[in-house]
Parts: sequence; C-alpha cells; structure tokens
Amino acid sequence: MVRAYFPLLLLFGFVALNAGLILAIGALTVRSRPTPVKSQPYESGIAPLGDARERFSVKFYMVAMLFIIFDIETVFMIPWGVAFRQLSCAVALTPAGCPAGQVSFFGLSEMLVFIGILLVGFAYVWKKGALQWD
Amino acid sequence: MIAEALFFSAILFTIGVVGVLTRRNALIIFMCVELMLNAVNLSFVALSKMHGAALGQVFVVFVMTVAAAEAAVGLAIVIAVYRHFGTVELQNINLLRG
Amino acid sequence: MPLDLSVPASLVTALLPDLIVMGGAMALLLWGVWRPEGASGRPVGVGAIGVCLAALAAIAGMAVQGITAGPGPIAIDNFRWATDAVILVGTILSIALADDYGRRAEPVAVESHALTLLAASGMMLLAGARDLILVFLGIEVMSVAVYVLAGINRRSARSAEAALKYFLLGAFSTAFLLYGVALVYGATGATNLTAIGSALAASPPGPGSMAVIGLALMLVGFAFKVAAAPFHMWTPDVYDGAPTPFTAFMAAAVKAAAFASFARVFMEGFGPVFVRWHSVLWWLAALTMVLGNLIALSQRNLKRMLAYSSIAHAGYLLVALVTNTTEGAAAMVFYLFAYTLATVGAFAVVMALAEGAERPQDVREWSGLFSVRPLLAIAMAVFMLALLGFPLAGGMGFFAKWYLLQAALKAPAPQTRLAVLLVITSVISAGYYLYVIMVMFMRPRPADAAPFPDTPAWTRSVIVGAAVLLLALGLYPSPIVRWARSSSLQPTTATGVPSTPEALRITAR
Repeated sequence: MVRAYFPLLLLFGFVALNAGLILAIGALTVRSRPTPVKSQPYESGIAPLGDARERFSVKFYMVAMLFIIFDIETVFMIPWGVAFRQLSCAVALTPAGCPAGQVSFFGLSEMLVFIGILLVGFAYVWKKGALQWD
Repeated sequence: MIAEALFFSAILFTIGVVGVLTRRNALIIFMCVELMLNAVNLSFVALSKMHGAALGQVFVVFVMTVAAAEAAVGLAIVIAVYRHFGTVELQNINLLRG
Repeated sequence: MPLDLSVPASLVTALLPDLIVMGGAMALLLWGVWRPEGASGRPVGVGAIGVCLAALAAIAGMAVQGITAGPGPIAIDNFRWATDAVILVGTILSIALADDYGRRAEPVAVESHALTLLAASGMMLLAGARDLILVFLGIEVMSVAVYVLAGINRRSARSAEAALKYFLLGAFSTAFLLYGVALVYGATGATNLTAIGSALAASPPGPGSMAVIGLALMLVGFAFKVAAAPFHMWTPDVYDGAPTPFTAFMAAAVKAAAFASFARVFMEGFGPVFVRWHSVLWWLAALTMVLGNLIALSQRNLKRMLAYSSIAHAGYLLVALVTNTTEGAAAMVFYLFAYTLATVGAFAVVMALAEGAERPQDVREWSGLFSVRPLLAIAMAVFMLALLGFPLAGGMGFFAKWYLLQAALKAPAPQTRLAVLLVITSVISAGYYLYVIMVMFMRPRPADAAPFPDTPAWTRSVIVGAAVLLLALGLYPSPIVRWARSSSLQPTTATGVPSTPEALRITAR
C-alpha cells in the first residue's frame, strides 16, 4: 500500500534537490547589481501600470460569477458524452453497435433541453447587459 | 483506502465547521462552507467506490453544480452587503437585532 | 394503473405541475427583460399568478384522476398534491403582495416574480421527492432563489444583511444535510427512500453507526431549514430584514416545503429506525414550542414577533412528525394550510400599514387601529386568532390544532405529554396574539399619530381572501382532512412494509 507511493516520494526528493541546486548555483555565481527597473515586479515585460493592490472594478466579479455558472455545466456534458452511444439506442448496445431500427433520440433531446434551459439564462444575461464591458 | 478517505473527509468537514463557527469574515465563512461541501464530495466518491456503483459519483456532479450556483449568488450578496456597509466583517453588520 | 417512472414520458407526466411552474418561470424571466423600458410590472405579476393557477389546475386534474406511481424518484400521492396546493396558494398570495410592494415603497425588479416561481418549483419538487438527490436539488433550487429574494431590495441595507445571514446559515445547514445524505448512502447503498427503508429494515442488529450519524446530521440540516430550536437563530433577523412579501413567502411556503420533505424522508426512508430518531425529535418539538412562544412574548417589533410565532408553529408541526403516522402527515398538511393563510395574511396587514420598507414596526403604533381602519383590524384579529387556534373566530386554526392533537394522541406511540405541552404553549401564545388584538381594539388612537397609508388593491384582496378562506374552511373542514388522509405518506416499519398500528407499537417500544 505505502510502497505504491514510493515513486512519488522519489519525485518530491528530486524536485527539492533540483530547486536547491539551481538556487545554489545562482547564489554562488551571480553578482547582484540592482537598478530601479530591475526591482520592479515582472508583468510579462510590459511596464507596470501601478500598484497591484488597487481596487478592481466590480465588472470583473460579474464576469467571474457568470463564468462559474456557465462553465460548471460542462460537468454534465462529459458523462453524457461518455454514455451517448447507449443513450441513443433504445435497447442495450451490442458489440456491433445499435441494432437496426432501434436508434432513439432520447439522449440527444435530453441534452437539447438542457442546453435550451442554459440558453434562457444566457439570453437573460445578454439582454440585461451583463456581458457588456462599458 | 476507503476508510482513510472517509476519515480525511470527516476531518475536512470538521475544519469547515470550526471555521464557520469561529471566523467573523463573511468571505472566509463562505469558503469554509465550500470546504464542507467538498469534504462531502470526497465522502461520496469514496462510498461510491465502496458500493461499486456510480450513484455516489452522480451525486457529486449535482453537488458541484449546485455549489457553483450557490457561490455565484453568495458572492453577489456579499458585494451587495459591501456596498451598504463598506465591510464584510460580520460584527459590523448588525442592523437587525431584537 | 400506476405510472412506470423508469419510462421518461411517465416521469414527465408525474412532474407535470412542477414543469409548468419551471417553464413559466423561465418564460416570465425572458418576458420581464424584453418588455419595453419603463413598462408596468403588473402584467408579469398577472402572468406569474396565471402560471400558479395552471399548476393548481394540473394538480387538481391529476388528483381527481387518481394517478398513482410505482416506486421511483417521485411520489404521486395526496400528500404531495396537498403540499403543492399549500405552496402554490402561498406563492400566489406572495406574488400579489410583491407586486404592490414594488409599486408602493421600494423598486423591486420584475425578476422577483420569476424567482418566486423558481423557488416554488423547487418546493414542489421537494414535496414529491422520494430520492435524496431530488431532495437536495429541491432544497437548493428553493433556497438559492429565496436567498436572492431576501436581498432583492437593493436600496435597503437591512435587506442585504438579511440575505447575507440567510445565505451563510442556509449554506451551512445544507452542508450538514448533505453529509448526512452521504453517510446514509454509505450505510444503505441507496438514495431512494424506499430502498433506504428496506435496507434499514433488513439489517438485523439495527442500523450501524454510519447510518445513525447520517440520520443525526440530516436531522440537523432539516431542523435548520424548518427553523426548529435550537437551530432557529437566523429566523428573526432574516424575517425582520427581508422585504415583507418575501418574509411571508419564507414563513409560509418555504416552511411548508421543508416540513413536507422532512416528513417524507423520515417517515418513508427512516421509518424502520423510528426508535432512533423519535426521542430527539420529541425534545426538538418541546424545546421549539417553549422557546418560540416565550421569546415571542417579549417582542414588540411586529415582524420579529411573527418570526418567533413561526418558530413556535414549527414546534407544533414537529409534534405531527413525532407521531410517525399517516394521520400525523395529513394533520401536518392541514395545519400548514391554515398556518399559511394566517401568516401570509398577517404579514400582508403589516405591509399594508408600513409607509416605508425600511423602518421596523412596533405593535404599539397600531393603537386604536380599529377606529381608523376597522376592516384591517378585524382581518388581523382573525389571523391572530387563527394562529392562536381559537374556536370559531379563528376559523381553520382551531381545527388545525385539533387534528394535530388528535393525531398525537391516537398514534400507536401516543404523544400525550407533547399534546399537553402543545396546549400549554398555545395558551402562552395568547399572551402575544391577544396583545395585538387588545392594542388594535381597546387602546385609543393618539391624537398626534401619523395617518396610515392607503391599502393597495392587491394587498387588500390578499388580506380579505385569506381571512374569508380561513373562516369559510373553518366551518366545514372535514372533507379536506379526509382527502388528505385518503392517500398519504405510508411510514415504513421495521418489517419493511407500510405500517399497521400494531407493527408500529412494537417498533416504538
């Protein structure tokens, strides 16, 4: 049981060793000559626009909340996709697939209803102007 | 393995309960509630494996979705409270008392 | 012929009333946002009430046809239809109040009607849910919508605070409930109540510790939702701060749905382990009745007083649950109907007499109300007497308590002491219900008192309708009770079959 985790322990050890080695080499070989530009926070190479602790517009929260709601619905689509072949067959699937004449639209219509409900929410949010930035 | 998972989820749930009862910041309390929900999810997955059936995992999917909806509504309420009170510390939010 | 719920088409039939409400809510949401700018919200309110009436018609049709269902995730019995009817009546009354509230004092978005309907659909799901997944979904659909409704008055800090408190404690209690569900699933391998019942009945030495802990956690979750002491702390604050129409909605419909699900889960699912939860619920009921009534005595803020009164009524309803019988379940639904009419009516009067939404109202401001607003004073007196359970003038309220007592005394395990406590605490409750009446009728109106605002048309109809219905059904209540009793919850017993009194008597020992 515990033995199964030994490779993981090995990995942790290796990571720690590697990190320590890199830091040690840096500390030993680099001469420190700080300038104001060098000590600025790194923002992907663009000159920083100010303090990171400024207040964020509430619009960000709005987008984040909408994202959470619409994003999580995928969680239902993945199991649905996995079971789709069986869902679109009225009888149990055979290794050869669905027997002729037994194709059902149950699975498809279920998902269409689901997406339809999501679309109602989306249409509401859109018309309400929550997706507009300005 | 399942016993460990259940034990772990019980500990997580307890941490969440203690957090809700001792903290005074609305956001942190909310995070503790989320921790409790995820502890339950862990239990469901472990018990689902114990029974060898997918039912518990189906439950987890529903819990996750509902938790997301609840999070959105909860954050909206927290923002509304912040607009009125300028804080989310519960000891400063006390207009209602008998 | 019972519906086979494993066939999708029959499942749609079984869920028809719920689907009508859900679909109506979504249509209203789109209609509300696509209306021209500045248009009146009233058509949306009318539409929302229309959706509720359509659902009521569907329920009546299905109840008359006598449709039944085989085992499955949704129950089709008169208990469900009766609870649905209570929920929908409460919803209709709250929507009417919300519409007036929106035009008079504070701007409330027309989305509130769609949210009310969504909450109602969750409640209706809860009333019929025979699977713990559906119980969880129903509770959450209901709660998430009601969190928003509590805070829908965006100009009011009190409303926002109420929403925050309701949300945090509601989510906390949901987590307890859910952990309980997980452990019960672990112990029985099922989420279907029938399957849980037979699994619990089949385990020879009694339930294991996992099932018992799960049961306890679910009990805590439900106790929070129905506001039973000692899990009632959120109720007065939330009821006080929320906009009054939605306070009425919470006090009436939310409580009805939570109690219906509480009863179904515990009687159908956990009936075989009745001995394990009986005494806990007994103490919960006793504590809730005593605490709710005693604290209500000291309240002078009307909404807080009604909040504690609703806690006290949760205690009375728990007595019905402790009986664990079909009669108890039927008495509970009848009580919920009377309670819904009286509570919504009382909150409607509070709303009618408040000039703004913000300020809490003191009972003493109503001094001499009878001399200036006789109709409102009389209606309020009817609601107070109904909540008290006064014969005749209290209409249905008296019979509600009467059937509750009957169910408690005639149960296989008779709850004599609880029944006595119920009567005693009801007498205590006269202290605050009659105080309101005394203030309205016997105190003189001070000369410098500010005049009361005019009552809007819909609010007036709600008040008159609720009072008339209470009195009329109080004249001849027996058909409703007989109907509710005829096909109701069947508590499962240790042998796994629907109970006979003899079997239950053995279990209760």
